[in-house]
Amino acid sequence: MSDTAMTTATASASATAATASERRINMIEAINEALDIMMDRDPDIIIMGEDVGYFGGVFRATAGLQEKYGKTRVFDTPISECGIIAAAVGMGAYGLRPVPEIQFADYIYPGLDQLISEAARLRYRSAGEYIAPMTVRSPFGGGIFGGQTHSQSPESLFTHVAGLKTVIPSTPHDAKGLLIAAIEDNDPVIFFEPKRIYNGPFSGYYDQPVQPWKAHTDSVVPEGYYRIPLGKARIVREGEALTVLAYGTMVHVTEAVCREKGVDAEIIDLRTLVPLDIEAIETSVKKTGRCLVVHEATRTSGFGAELSALVTERCFYHLEAPVERATGFDTPYPHSLEWAYFPGPVRIGEAIDKVLAE
Amino acid sequence: MAKTARQSATATTTPPTPGAGDNAEAFALRSLQDRLVANPRYAASDDELMHFYEQMLLIRRFEEKAGQLYGLGLIGGFCHLYIGQEAVAIGLQSALNPDLDSVITGYRDHGHMLAYGIDPNIIMAELTGREAGISRGKGGSMHMFSTEHKFYGGHGIVGAQVALGGGLALAHQYRGDGGLCLAYFGDGAANQGQVYETFNMASLWKLPIVFVVENNQYAMGTAVSRSSAETDFYRRGTAFRIPGMDVNGMDVLEVRQAAEIAFDYVRAGNGPVLMECQTYRYRGHSMSDPAKYRTREEVQEQREHNDPIERARAQLIERGQNEDALKAIDKDIRSRVAQAADFAETSPEPEPSELHSDVLVEEY
Ligand SMILES: Cc1ncc(C[n+]2csc(CCOP(=O)(O)OP(=O)(O)O)c2C)c(N)n1
Ligand SMILES: [Mg+2]
Repeated sequence: MSDTAMTTATASASATAATASERRINMIEAINEALDIMMDRDPDIIIMGEDVGYFGGVFRATAGLQEKYGKTRVFDTPISECGIIAAAVGMGAYGLRPVPEIQFADYIYPGLDQLISEAARLRYRSAGEYIAPMTVRSPFGGGIFGGQTHSQSPESLFTHVAGLKTVIPSTPHDAKGLLIAAIEDNDPVIFFEPKRIYNGPFSGYYDQPVQPWKAHTDSVVPEGYYRIPLGKARIVREGEALTVLAYGTMVHVTEAVCREKGVDAEIIDLRTLVPLDIEAIETSVKKTGRCLVVHEATRTSGFGAELSALVTERCFYHLEAPVERATGFDTPYPHSLEWAYFPGPVRIGEAIDKVLAE
Repeated sequence: MAKTARQSATATTTPPTPGAGDNAEAFALRSLQDRLVANPRYAASDDELMHFYEQMLLIRRFEEKAGQLYGLGLIGGFCHLYIGQEAVAIGLQSALNPDLDSVITGYRDHGHMLAYGIDPNIIMAELTGREAGISRGKGGSMHMFSTEHKFYGGHGIVGAQVALGGGLALAHQYRGDGGLCLAYFGDGAANQGQVYETFNMASLWKLPIVFVVENNQYAMGTAVSRSSAETDFYRRGTAFRIPGMDVNGMDVLEVRQAAEIAFDYVRAGNGPVLMECQTYRYRGHSMSDPAKYRTREEVQEQREHNDPIERARAQLIERGQNEDALKAIDKDIRSRVAQAADFAETSPEPEPSELHSDVLVEEY
């Protein structure tokens, strides 16, 4: 059934206008559907986490799954992130395929030792005899007024660790296909869900009403099983003026800025940070000669630094301007100055101008 | 459902035989509990009782107002109300030596701040994220601090504060300042691994710390029985030889009495105490809580028959206070809280430059 799999970086579903018969769902529903389909296909898949069972998850991502698959396959855990992740590693080594949820990415740190020292390295140190085929789902990112402990974007902590894969969807369509691929993957995958866009894409203008997913063509999600392979980026829109690399929420903010400014940008949604679709990036930057990286995470040693280095290494002779980064500041995520922290339309706009100016 | 606090003292038999080796002093889980059961309620003077009542009522009214401001969009993000649990913070903190002792808690921290007599204006202004807030709007509802009162926060990461409390206690011990640390956490937080690392160290090194589990029966949507193998949290120090106390957290006088016993024990250099306070949260976990996990009747039952403020009020009446005086107090408190809300609404937001201050010593 994987015939709908996309094997190359393709233009997104938004390129085709949706027809009335197409089914539109939000990102939570897409994630829920992916979990449901995989639970149905593979009895070794187990969901565990804080409030995921009885309550269906604080964001409702696991709603209805305990009723359907029972308490032995979908269950609540104590507030013990280290224990949750460690159990998933052990279950994975024994042949199961756990999909633990860490309620917010900010709570993943108690489990870091198990992720870094155990999950990421089991395959290597056992010379491939044992693996940890687990997918840690976790909502991440800010823009919800969550303050320091409910807003962080810690993806580069994980991309820095050899032995982990890091996946970040930006649409309902991709969330479903990527989650299915992540669950089927035989390596530990950190699946960060941009919670700001669970219910609708975000333009970066926090004072404007939220646009629901239903109005966006990428909410058209096929029923049933399909996978989007890890390591394949998506060209959100083609363009000639510059390449913008983004993922998660920032894909939508960038898109809105380019639309508003009338900039002919080529926007690439990375979808997975590790493995990275470097070919798609290289092809685009060689075409446009200019590159901007956008992420919400703090700047220093952020994933943007890696992207900037890669682009410089691979496309140096094609570049007409230095690679720019529009990122969060090097501060904890603030409580009351959230929008001063967030790399919104103004900062992205300025960065675009700078890349285009040279 | 709230279990009723405490089995009777007679349920204990002889203390368990101590382990072999030279560390052969007897350990009895219930040694302090037996003292509490023998004399379960603090003999408060009329003035003291009145003061407890006022403080609890201030917390209640403050929290009700915070809930309203949240509804109006003036408080954003997360906001965990302490309504129902007032007797715990008041009973315990009233027994502290404010010059010596330190306190640390989780994110449900407004009540603990108010229990110190900290100005409600600056607490409310922190909730609304204003410059005048006690943490200059940088912490918000979950992260408030006061060096003046040795209040070490307000922590959003469940369980982390327990281990930090161990560090505070170690510092008290090192300095020899005679202070103790009061470290609060929830029934849900009690399942974090780091709590048990701290129990072991605290007992091993006889640290001056009182661990307080505010067992409000739920961690978000999870009832204790669905997440905890041992739901008698006061017993959870047994393996570390930490005496436990099982306290009715809905009765301020019992909490205060338990505090006296625990603090005496800790101050005498005996090491930690683990106190479980049976309590109940009336409101949702944070502000958006569909409340599927419990019945309306269950909440109603607690409100009507177990309310800590009503209990104190009834005692005041019994002692001859008149209704009108109590009404006047409520009125005063309401206007005090309304004033805090005005202040929190009208004071300015922090300067954008605040975003970059306090990250490190220097600014980069
Ligand atoms: C490490 C971590 N995991 C999960 C959370 C999310 N969370 C916040 S409060 C809470 C429930 C805690 O319940 P309890 O300890 O009983 O305290 P209560 O809210 O009842 O006061 C959870 C799961 C968190 N803040 N930190
Ligand atoms: Mg609780």
